Amino acid sequence: MPAVAETLDTVRAVTGSTYKWGFETDLEMDIAPKGLSEDTIRLISARKEEPEWLLAWRLKAFAAWKTMAEPHWAKATYPRIDYQDIHYYAAPKKGGGPKSLDEVDPELLRTYEKLGIPLREQALLAGVEPSPDDRLPMAVDAVFDSVSVATTFQETLAKQGVIFCPISEAVREHPDLVREYLGSVVPAGDNFYAALNSAVFTDGSFVYIPKGVKCPMELSTYFRINARNTGQFERTLVIAAEGASVSYLEGCTAPMRDENQLHAAVVELIALDDAKIKYSTVQNWYPGDANGKGGIYNFVTKRGACRGARSRISWTQVETGSAITWKYPSCILQGDGSVGEFYSVAVTNNCQQADTGTKMIHIGRNTNSTIIAKTISAGRSDSTYRGLVRMMPKAQNARNFTQCDSLLIGDQCGAHTVPYIESRNATAKIEHEATTSKIAEDQMFYCRSRGLSQEDAVGLIVNGFCKDVLKELPMEFAVEAQKLLAISLEGSVG
Amino acid sequence: MLEIRGLTATIDDKTILNGIDLTIPPGEIHAVMGPNGAGKSTLSYVLSGREGYEVTAGSVTFYGQDLLAMEPEERAAAGLFLAFQYPVELPGVGNANFLRTALNAIHRRRGEPELDAVQFLKLARGEVKKLAMSEDMLKRNVNVGFSGGEKKRNEVLQMAVLKPKLAILDETDSGLDIDALRIVADGVNAQRGPGFSSLIITHYQRLLDYIVPDRVHVLAEGRILRSGGPELAHELEARGYAGLVGESAEAA
Ligand SMILES: Nc1ncnc2c1ncn2[C@@H]1O[C@H](COP(=O)(O)OP(=O)(O)OP(=O)(O)O)[C@@H](O)[C@H]1O
Ligand SMILES: [Mg+2]
Repeated sequence: MPAVAETLDTVRAVTGSTYKWGFETDLEMDIAPKGLSEDTIRLISARKEEPEWLLAWRLKAFAAWKTMAEPHWAKATYPRIDYQDIHYYAAPKKGGGPKSLDEVDPELLRTYEKLGIPLREQALLAGVEPSPDDRLPMAVDAVFDSVSVATTFQETLAKQGVIFCPISEAVREHPDLVREYLGSVVPAGDNFYAALNSAVFTDGSFVYIPKGVKCPMELSTYFRINARNTGQFERTLVIAAEGASVSYLEGCTAPMRDENQLHAAVVELIALDDAKIKYSTVQNWYPGDANGKGGIYNFVTKRGACRGARSRISWTQVETGSAITWKYPSCILQGDGSVGEFYSVAVTNNCQQADTGTKMIHIGRNTNSTIIAKTISAGRSDSTYRGLVRMMPKAQNARNFTQCDSLLIGDQCGAHTVPYIESRNATAKIEHEATTSKIAEDQMFYCRSRGLSQEDAVGLIVNGFCKDVLKELPMEFAVEAQKLLAISLEGSVG
Repeated sequence: MLEIRGLTATIDDKTILNGIDLTIPPGEIHAVMGPNGAGKSTLSYVLSGREGYEVTAGSVTFYGQDLLAMEPEERAAAGLFLAFQYPVELPGVGNANFLRTALNAIHRRRGEPELDAVQFLKLARGEVKKLAMSEDMLKRNVNVGFSGGEKKRNEVLQMAVLKPKLAILDETDSGLDIDALRIVADGVNAQRGPGFSSLIITHYQRLLDYIVPDRVHVLAEGRILRSGGPELAHELEARGYAGLVGESAEAA
């Protein structure tokens, strides 16, 4: 169709040059030599002044990893990764460890400013009512390469007993909590990338919301890969005790580089009785250029355990970046009446490949899960939704509803839906709906005849397509996400 | 002022418009009638810049500008509006959001100030009221689940908000109940004035009782075969196109 062909041209014309976060920060770095061995792990552990048990845990994970093979069942093709050609630790010389903002390298503060991440605890002046236009204060943990460089609002949160800090700090300050929960949802040997992460994870965020506390502000972690030839292996652990609730979001970007960089994170969520965790991601790692050169390999394990009765975990993700995305945020619905939700928008353009989806494992009675996955492919990209819904024998009256919609822009891209359904309980109900569509020529023309440019038109249509997911994002993030969709498809999304 | 000269257009090498001559001076309302498949919608699409049509001869100027050289969105900004015979659904796109995005896109192109949400809602609500539509329509997704008549009314709402210089209404009266027909006609008449002209495509004389046209044209076989005053519509209502089309066939 001509209109679509033209849209496609617009999309094609846009190359990696539109990635607006691709700048590099020049800092003095403390970098471990390339390569992975027990010595590397000992070095990381020593840099972080870790207790003996954690080093032992890492080494065990490393031993497990060495026996595992890189998985290749995902629908993605890429050259073999040389795990010995990567730096596993890189930290700015100034600014490591938890500090007051005054001590953080101003170059770093400028970097986050440029990225639009609020690291200053502004706006909370005594006696000043925030106007409705002001952004709500948001606590931020900023992770730069291998270390957390700043965490804001820690004191405000501490008043309510909320712990929000770099995980390396939590290891020192709250060892019992970390020891109890770390690896309890994603065991060290869970899969190849999780094992790798367990062996070499460097930083990430730790969140603990005590019993009955509703976290008073959004918590957020902002990941930035900067150093060359490094991998980022962050580890995030979020625990919501009985009746607690928290909304957490993460964002990420990286400089534009010709070589591929590896990002292998592990995120574990634990919700006890009546607790709620809402975890939102706007993933915007560098996707590589128009010809597929460079970009982040994003191999991530995210899993939440609804351990308590009536607990709820919601994953919302907007995935626009990375050369390759391999990611299946999952829920283990153990507590009776617990609820798992997965809302996803995955956009691929140019040569990007995404294989993403979720797993909902229903163990408890009356557990309920909802999956809404929207896939948008443009250029020569390829996108796969891969999802598993498993009803265990005790999951009486469990319910799942899945909806997967794909939108294709142009005729050189691909979209695939691979749903796995396993039911071992006759009372469980599973519903699955799937659609594939293209932006229709008449829709484009209708919009343009009303004065919208091609870009605005595609933006409007794509945002309409994603609406059910975008509305799940925290308000301010939803606006960012819409803009990001627009930029990722440039002229084909708004 | 719209001036169409010898306009010839093809789809997939099939000639649909075969030398259209038509001039609509500012402030005038012209009706175009003609049998099914005559090329009326095709004319409206070629004028508003839809892709897939090849103009093989002729010219169209709109207030001095070469219309055929412009992108559809530029034509909209220049003041051209098409009310679709079959309005298009946009799932997930709120009607108010759509209209505001459109209005502001046009304003931006013209270098005029954009409307904020409050200003826009005030404007839109006023027009919704005039068209006896429910305010719900603004919240619903563009044309999704609208009845046939609601879709047509929604087109007129867009026209009222975007305030074009020339509105092409392609069978906007089809599918409207009697009351809606009157309301829609009132909507068009309200725009009437030296700065507004309209090309109304219709099959029925009835609409022209409410919107009395300055001229009536018969489009058949890709050409304007006859033009006249409002009485021509009555004649067609009584006699049909048979004689007309036959005459031209003989002449050819
Ligand atoms: N995309 C297309 N491909 C091939 N033929 C087409 C296409 N679009 C329109 N036509 C043909 O062009 C001719 C004119 O169609 P058009 O829709 O302009 O007629 P119309 O006068 O608006 O008719 P109606 O009164 O039924 O709305 C018809 O014969 C139609 O079949
Ligand atoms: Mg028609």
